[in-house]
Amino acid sequence: MNSFPIIRVITKLLIPYILLFGLYVQFHGDFGPGGGFQAGVIFAAALILYGLVYGLPAVHKVAPPKVIEKLTALGLLVYAGTGLVCMLLGGNFLDYDVLNHGVLTELPAAFDFLPGDKPHHFLPEGQHLGIFLVELGVGITVTAVMTMIFYAFAGRERVTS
Amino acid sequence: MMDFIVIPILALLAATAVTVARIRNLWAAVMFTGIYSFLSASWMLILDAPDVAFTEAAVGAGITTILMLATLSLTPRRHRKSGRLSSEDFEERPSKSPLFPLLIVTITGCALVYGTFDMPHFGDPNAPIQVYPEPSFVEKSQPDMHGLPNVVTAVLASYRGYDTLGETAVIFTAGIAVLLILRKNTDDKDGSESQAVTGENV
Repeated sequence: MNSFPIIRVITKLLIPYILLFGLYVQFHGDFGPGGGFQAGVIFAAALILYGLVYGLPAVHKVAPPKVIEKLTALGLLVYAGTGLVCMLLGGNFLDYDVLNHGVLTELPAAFDFLPGDKPHHFLPEGQHLGIFLVELGVGITVTAVMTMIFYAFAGRERVTS
Repeated sequence: MMDFIVIPILALLAATAVTVARIRNLWAAVMFTGIYSFLSASWMLILDAPDVAFTEAAVGAGITTILMLATLSLTPRRHRKSGRLSSEDFEERPSKSPLFPLLIVTITGCALVYGTFDMPHFGDPNAPIQVYPEPSFVEKSQPDMHGLPNVVTAVLASYRGYDTLGETAVIFTAGIAVLLILRKNTDDKDGSESQAVTGENV
């Protein structure tokens, strides 16, 4: 794709917004539409687009295959680890109510000058924190798996007949 | 007013589906499946399911299409001496009579339609999905989740968190399986690039 300047420029313009939208879908998923899976595939789509236009070596620099492989397992570990932390804190597996910490859950008074409604939570706690963590785990795993599958396909040599 | 959007999208979906089934060129068929996915995503957006639409647009129209195109570009175009199937085989018309598959498809379709008669009507207020659990997730998720407004996320990640853990494990397992299968030919003579792709060991 080296000889298509329009595609290269447009891709470079688009990718930051795709990544930003992926992050929005990931971390705003408990308020608006979205969640870990959606964010993961959007994030992976941005990486794949970069790989398609700029070639496999370029995207390998951004997301090295070794790192991606480990992220695959890390996401699942974050999810299951959240459940285990709930157990260690005395609750059931994935029972996020025990994650209530009460630290900075309200917006500090120093921010009272801000106009508009105050956010309901400043730092997530309890159910919100649990959902945040498991969605993060799902997002990491989905991004890594999709990117890894793309690497596996794109790295194959064509079978010569 | 909505019909002006709904009817064209559904008509285009049907037309695309027929085209995918009838077209003999595999490259064009793959592109049409991408178009089909994107139309589905628009349709899901109309049905107020934006998160499903995200997934359909990113996976169906984007990643799957790219992977299918990658597969096509990897498969040889000519017949091999060993008589294996190639992409050109599928560009010829099938020689067998289509009546028998048509019969099976018709019977299966009729059985599925017959099965839907037992299901509650669309939007039926007495359907099990509307009356269970009591109070509904919509009502009880507000106090349970400290006011998180997205009930879908609350159900997926908290009430049904165990299922989602299983789904994540399925995705993980599928990724590992793809890696194990596609990694195999790294020991051939020009495997330097694929070795760089898949890591150090095999």
